Amino acid sequence: MASDKPSSKALNTDPKRPSDHFDAPVTEVTNPRLGLVGYLRFFWRQLTSMRTALFLLLLVAFAAVPGSLVPQQTSDPNGVIQYKADNPGWSKVLDFLGVFNTYSSVWFSAIYILLFISLIGCIIPRTMHHIAALRTPPPKTPARLDRLPGYLRTEDATVDDEDVADGVGAARDLLRGSGYRVRVFDGQSASAERGYLRETGNLLFHIALVGILVAVGFGGGFIWTGQKVIPVGQSFANTLSDYDSISPGRWFSPDSLEPYRLTVTKFVPVYERKNLNAYGEAIDYTAYVRASVPGQKTTNETIKVNSPLRIGDTDVYLLSNGVAPVVTVRNPAGKVVYTQPIPFLPQDANLTSEGVIKVPDGLAKQIGMLGFFYPTECSPSTCAAAPVSVDPSFTNPVLTLQVYTGDLGLNSGKPVNAYSLDTDKLKLLAGFGSKTPGLTLRPGQTVKLPDGLGTIELDKVIRYVGLDIHHDPTQFWVLSFAVLVFLGLVTGLFIPRRRVWIKAVRRGGKVHYEYAGLARGEDPRLDDAVAEIARKHSQLLGLNMKP
Amino acid sequence: MIPVHAAVSQATLVNDSLVAIYSAMFIYALAFIFFTYDLAKRMSEARQLAAAPIAEAVSVKRAGQLQATTAVLERPSGPPPPGFEVAASRPKRSLSARLGMIFTVMAWLLHVGGTVFRGLAAGRVPWANMFEFTLTATAIIIGVFLIIQFWQDLQFLGAYVTGFVLVFLGVATTNFYVDVIPLPPALQSYWLVVHVFVASLGTGFYGLGAGLSVVQLVQARREARGLGAVRAVPTAEKLEALAYRLIVVGFVFWTFTLIAGSIWAEHAWGRYWGWDTKEVWTFIVWVIFAGYIHARATRGWRGSRSATLAIIGFSAVLFNFTIVNLYFHGLHSYSGL
Repeated sequence: MASDKPSSKALNTDPKRPSDHFDAPVTEVTNPRLGLVGYLRFFWRQLTSMRTALFLLLLVAFAAVPGSLVPQQTSDPNGVIQYKADNPGWSKVLDFLGVFNTYSSVWFSAIYILLFISLIGCIIPRTMHHIAALRTPPPKTPARLDRLPGYLRTEDATVDDEDVADGVGAARDLLRGSGYRVRVFDGQSASAERGYLRETGNLLFHIALVGILVAVGFGGGFIWTGQKVIPVGQSFANTLSDYDSISPGRWFSPDSLEPYRLTVTKFVPVYERKNLNAYGEAIDYTAYVRASVPGQKTTNETIKVNSPLRIGDTDVYLLSNGVAPVVTVRNPAGKVVYTQPIPFLPQDANLTSEGVIKVPDGLAKQIGMLGFFYPTECSPSTCAAAPVSVDPSFTNPVLTLQVYTGDLGLNSGKPVNAYSLDTDKLKLLAGFGSKTPGLTLRPGQTVKLPDGLGTIELDKVIRYVGLDIHHDPTQFWVLSFAVLVFLGLVTGLFIPRRRVWIKAVRRGGKVHYEYAGLARGEDPRLDDAVAEIARKHSQLLGLNMKP
Repeated sequence: MIPVHAAVSQATLVNDSLVAIYSAMFIYALAFIFFTYDLAKRMSEARQLAAAPIAEAVSVKRAGQLQATTAVLERPSGPPPPGFEVAASRPKRSLSARLGMIFTVMAWLLHVGGTVFRGLAAGRVPWANMFEFTLTATAIIIGVFLIIQFWQDLQFLGAYVTGFVLVFLGVATTNFYVDVIPLPPALQSYWLVVHVFVASLGTGFYGLGAGLSVVQLVQARREARGLGAVRAVPTAEKLEALAYRLIVVGFVFWTFTLIAGSIWAEHAWGRYWGWDTKEVWTFIVWVIFAGYIHARATRGWRGSRSATLAIIGFSAVLFNFTIVNLYFHGLHSYSGL
């Protein structure tokens, strides 16, 4: 036994044992030799086991954590740049591990793909089994119901065979009426089962999850997103060349763009004026656009933060807005060499905005200007020494400019960021750090450019909208599958699957009815359900329940 | 300009709301004291019961539980049969536990009143920033706790629930408090009503389920050591079943929150899923509780292991609400802080 050291010797040496005791020879357990198919089957079994699925599920949760601790390339590209600048050494390790792209990294993908393979390996046999179960009538009534949950019985009664047949018939009708699938055995008992929908819902939940993954996986290549900044009064045509930037999916084709046209006629921001705790905070943005789709009437539409415009297979979102000073630059002869609105990037909630004006042609030298715009400038006497905007409305608008000269790099053919000015190679002509003070302009004012280069006028300041234009064919499918996931979840969790039996039992010339149930899966209300059926059935037959 | 009387009435409502919340906190504190006292008494009784099993058996007999007495007499030092402790001690409810319940109900009424006043003051639903969300979610936790009492005695959870809510109301009023301000454009959507409210419902159910799981772990350890069970506390097995039922409801709400949140994210941000930090953590919580439900169907994972998962899951909910909201950079920056 346990105290004996296993020994292959057949002879018994333990004095406590009877003389004829024989220990079976202990041999090593030999696993069957697995061929390639055998090993494949072995790994498949392991992968599709519940234990592995649970492990992978928890691993997905765990693996998702680093992506929330470190900025992600997809959701926060500027954060990634900042993070890399702050942690140059550490970020190399993270970059190597793909942590800045956690959710498309090899290791994260490997985990969820394994999980979904495991899931599919679970769904297929369960679906087959469920289909078979749907066709199988309820099982034979157990011999002894008193060993089963919810057991109840009526008092003994003296009834004949015909009454028993009626009683079992009543049981069958009652159970059928309560949504059970019923089978009568020998005219003596009714075996019933209900709640097949529980497993159906459960399978639906899991299949729909696979559906979401497939929709995202295959449909993802068709997604493209583009950005366009449009000053009020200007138009945008939905063609590749008119986008400021576009992130095409794998299957993107420029020909698929529907050539509609949007003209921003008005942009109305609303700022809080009543509540002093939130004075000046933006409470509404509305962009008014004229939309013309070829072959259709031009319509007037609005785009708001929570209500995108759905047009021509795309969704147009209002994701940002800002101010665009309209400047006109003239040469010393008074000829206009440059005039256009320049979108400035907002720096704070009061729309202090920063922007760059580049004038490559028409003047004696190329000039670049670094500008700050303050919608409501607070004078240095009341506010800080540096200029600051105290409200996002145009109450006291001021544009300040630093003027540089030199090669702006616009003629080299390389793409240059319109929102930044590389001042390293440029010469400062006017502004902080030079003898000539920077330029200060209010709407309608004209000032001279330094070095007698000409003049610059601030015509007016308008608003612009930053639109995101997306084409995402996965939306419909993902939403549909998500709804199925939810429906499957609710039915799979809350519909009880149970078996119930009603049986006529003869004992000593008398007959009583027995009731019992069996839960299949979580079913906290089984006892109540059996008791309810027993009550109804016994009342129908005019029998009393035995306490 | 805004009419003066309206401005005054808003200030009054904000003030009334805070007064109601502070009063509720005071009464929750009383309830917490009584519940804790009750719990301490139960524990010491359980210790005595473990020390003198025969004497306890006799006292149980007096309570009229003949069947149970036999069971205890047969196995004086072993663990009591499942379900027995509840039946044996059901008729006796301590005064302190009852006082705890009464104070909890009183505090809850004030709590709900304060939350409603806050909503009236703001002219919208009272869950648009961390302070308001805390008010609503904690009111839901207590509400569910009280409603469950109608069919299941959960007084042993009173100390946990009132203690938890008290801590969060304290943090909310001192650290999360913000003035009533209008909603930023991104929050102006009916999804604010649906998505956030269902999220707080889910949080409430998860919180109670996790509380039951904690008690389950304690009870399972006592049962394993053969110590006497705590009076009027169900067996570990019953606690597990109860926790499961609450968490499953929480999981359905959480699933809905994810779906509704995705729909809203598409409207407001132009994509339904973007691995924003808050999205990531909501997903992590969903996966952990999905794991919990699967664990209950996996051999070797029922009982204490799945209970631990439930507790980890709720910790992730709290992490998502506090640390992620306050310290992580993301699009869900609506704490108002």
